Amino acid sequence: MIRTKKIRNLFATPYLSWAIIFIIVPLVMVIWYGFTDSDGALTFANIASIARPEFMKSLGLSLLLSLISTVLCLIIAYPLCMILTEKKAGKAGVVILLFILPMWMNTLLRTMAWQTILEKTGILNTFLNFIHLPSIYIINKPQAIIIGMVYNFLPYMVLPLYTALSRIDDNVINAARDLGANKFQTFLHVTLPLSIPGIISGITMVFIPALTTFVLSQMLGGNKILLIGNIIEQEFTQAYDWHLGSGLSIILMVFIIINMVVEAAFDKSDEQ
Amino acid sequence: MEVKSELENKELIRLEHVSKSFDGQVVLDDLNLVIHENEFVTLLGPSGCGKTTTLRIIGGFETPDSGKVIFDGKDITSAAPDKRPLNTVFQKYALFTHMDVADNIAFGLRISGKSKSYIADKISYALKLVNLEGFEYRSVNSLSGGQQQRIAMARAIVNEPRVLLLDEPLGALDLKLRQDMQYELIRLKNELGITFIYVTHDQEEALTMSDTIVVMNQGYIQQTGSPEKIYNEPENAFVADFIGDSNIIDSIMVRDKLVSILGHEFTCVDTGFGNNKHVDVVIRPEDVELSEARADALCGEVTDVIFKGVHYEMCVMAGGFEWLVHSTKMFPEGAKVSIGVDPFNIQIMNKPASEDEEAATENDQN
Repeated sequence: MIRTKKIRNLFATPYLSWAIIFIIVPLVMVIWYGFTDSDGALTFANIASIARPEFMKSLGLSLLLSLISTVLCLIIAYPLCMILTEKKAGKAGVVILLFILPMWMNTLLRTMAWQTILEKTGILNTFLNFIHLPSIYIINKPQAIIIGMVYNFLPYMVLPLYTALSRIDDNVINAARDLGANKFQTFLHVTLPLSIPGIISGITMVFIPALTTFVLSQMLGGNKILLIGNIIEQEFTQAYDWHLGSGLSIILMVFIIINMVVEAAFDKSDEQ
Repeated sequence: MEVKSELENKELIRLEHVSKSFDGQVVLDDLNLVIHENEFVTLLGPSGCGKTTTLRIIGGFETPDSGKVIFDGKDITSAAPDKRPLNTVFQKYALFTHMDVADNIAFGLRISGKSKSYIADKISYALKLVNLEGFEYRSVNSLSGGQQQRIAMARAIVNEPRVLLLDEPLGALDLKLRQDMQYELIRLKNELGITFIYVTHDQEEALTMSDTIVVMNQGYIQQTGSPEKIYNEPENAFVADFIGDSNIIDSIMVRDKLVSILGHEFTCVDTGFGNNKHVDVVIRPEDVELSEARADALCGEVTDVIFKGVHYEMCVMAGGFEWLVHSTKMFPEGAKVSIGVDPFNIQIMNKPASEDEEAATENDQN
């Protein structure tokens, strides 16, 4: 007994060290920097600086764009996954693969592709002009960032949703139909509630990276649109103010934790 | 052989020339079946025989490639499941895991817009019927298999269907519970007074509960009849073999009421098979009578004895055939015995068509 426990502890050591070195220590550092000034004295000024209008604006825009992207991902992914779960396993696998295939490519590369598509004289506008439609200018605008977010994060919505939906027993759906529910009622009262765990993981997996991104906004927003991620990145890499950057990071973390708590509450109330 | 229904009840469901195949594999081939009102019908057969597909076609979860489903005189072949006056108890129950017991039972009633007080009455009535009073607010995940099975029953019957379809509902339960539930189902059937269509691969279940058994194999109905008829007078070797243990022996019908089994002539009661015709003979193990070896009878040696509680199961090697014998009287291993069978217990069956033809060509060559 004692022996096996010792061996188990031995095997756990690498993971534990990993967690301490790469998760706990950086987290403690961020918190330490966030609550101190350059002299090392305790201060709340870094945290309070979020109240600055330009920071508030960035945070608001970040929340808004992430929210819109998450909702769009959900709207796109849900019908897709529903269609796929009704298909035979083999065919569905191919389509799912097509959707997650872009994940194998570098994010920068994918986003650069969108730059060339959305540019003023890019592929999209060339095509629109070709069919005698006016050009649309969305590069360096929030719309472009939303497109980038949806494109990049859609697989993270598709995968958990597909898993949740394909886990629903066909006969549970049949049972609802058998008990007199039409297709819409079956969806509303059975399919949708049973897929909530998938919806929640999907939302978490899209919302959090969307909220913290700075690459997408930099490349598709042309440095004109600053999301909270860009502000933090600038504090670290350009202003070298690690204290302010850490303070703003803590604020962002609070929003992520709130998001997760709310979702966990949803998940629990559903189980009962 | 013409099987007359002993039930005077009127016809409720009729399957006409129903065929179905999946990916080119024929599952049902020109199936015809009539089910009467207030009948307990069991579709019995090995897995892949088409019994579940037949049930799903009646329930509306599959559409036949050809043929018709007639319900009470109306063609419902292409009606959606929610438009059919029948309910299903699914294999592994298919309960709504995101709802409690009461909400599961109330599902159909809420969809059809029944009043709150009506629904509340129905829930308590149904729970009483399945012996689960006080389980209203339990999560279905916290219930045992047997309890889940009863909730699935309750969920179906509150809608007062005219027909209840049951797809191997006892398959996941242990033996003791399964036997208890068999009596429960018979009781429910009698209390509700509705038609039950039951699918199972368990011949004992079928014999215990059914008014009518439909034995199926490879998409065809092999025999339809009462449990007694199916057990005592199987129409072919498949039915005889599938329902209970049996000795199926390749024999020659010498003439009416006389059959030659393994070179010995036995008196039987069957007529009309012709003279010197190859047939299959079915003798149930409990119908084989062993006695001390006599020179004029079919003799053999006991090769194996197993005590089974109520009886002994013995294997007897006689006439080059290994006989399975159930008897309360034990003969030790190695004992010389002779085999006797009451004429009424010898069941003669025609050979399947293909072998018949083979026999015919053999005769021609001779």
